[in-house]
Amino acid sequence: MAVRVATADFDVSAEIAALTAGRTDIGAVVTFTGLVRGEAHGKSLASMTLEHYPGMTEAELARIETEAHARWPLQASLIVHRIGPLAPGDAIVLVVAASAHRHAAFEAAAFLMDYLKTRAPFWKKETATDGTGGWVDARDSDTSAEQKWQAGQ
Amino acid sequence: MTIRLLYFAWVREKLGRSEEIVTLPPEITRVDALMAWLAGRDDVHADVFGRPGVIRAAIDQVHAQPSASIAGAREIAFFPPVTGG
Repeated sequence: MAVRVATADFDVSAEIAALTAGRTDIGAVVTFTGLVRGEAHGKSLASMTLEHYPGMTEAELARIETEAHARWPLQASLIVHRIGPLAPGDAIVLVVAASAHRHAAFEAAAFLMDYLKTRAPFWKKETATDGTGGWVDARDSDTSAEQKWQAGQ
Repeated sequence: MTIRLLYFAWVREKLGRSEEIVTLPPEITRVDALMAWLAGRDDVHADVFGRPGVIRAAIDQVHAQPSASIAGAREIAFFPPVTGG
């Protein structure tokens, strides 16, 4: 289990290689990469800035990872989230779930993202190319996705 | 009780500060009471803290409900619903 909050970009292949190095018990690695879209509310996005709560962010991501490991037989996992200014097309988040078999890895990766979306203390601020912008509102659909796991569906 | 308050995102921007140290009256024992106390400071605070359900809280870096006790807390953070990922 590992979490990392950083301004630097990540290399998905390098992260998978590091996670699986020297191991033969991992049969499936699922990764999810989130990217900054170039459009928001019908406007062209110039940039996005990610703010977070240092200390709680790492603690909350670790709690989310622990919960995933309690629910699925995971051999390894990783969450990387970027902070600071980002441009359209930039990678923003990486989730990696490794297991002996694919189903656990797929489900755990989805779970990690759904929980991260509603619990990890990050906030996005958007600036459009016309100079307008502001803090992004939370989505009800993200809360629904998290509650689905709580209901055991 | 003396406690450290932290503010994030638009809560931080509206209040014009990212943190402060406050000394609370002894009758303030829960998150919701603390928010009501903060809302009573001035119009800006009333605008931020006077809307139950909008602002989220964390006690010592763990998510907390409005009814949560703040007894023994070192650090309480207030912020909008999170939007990472």
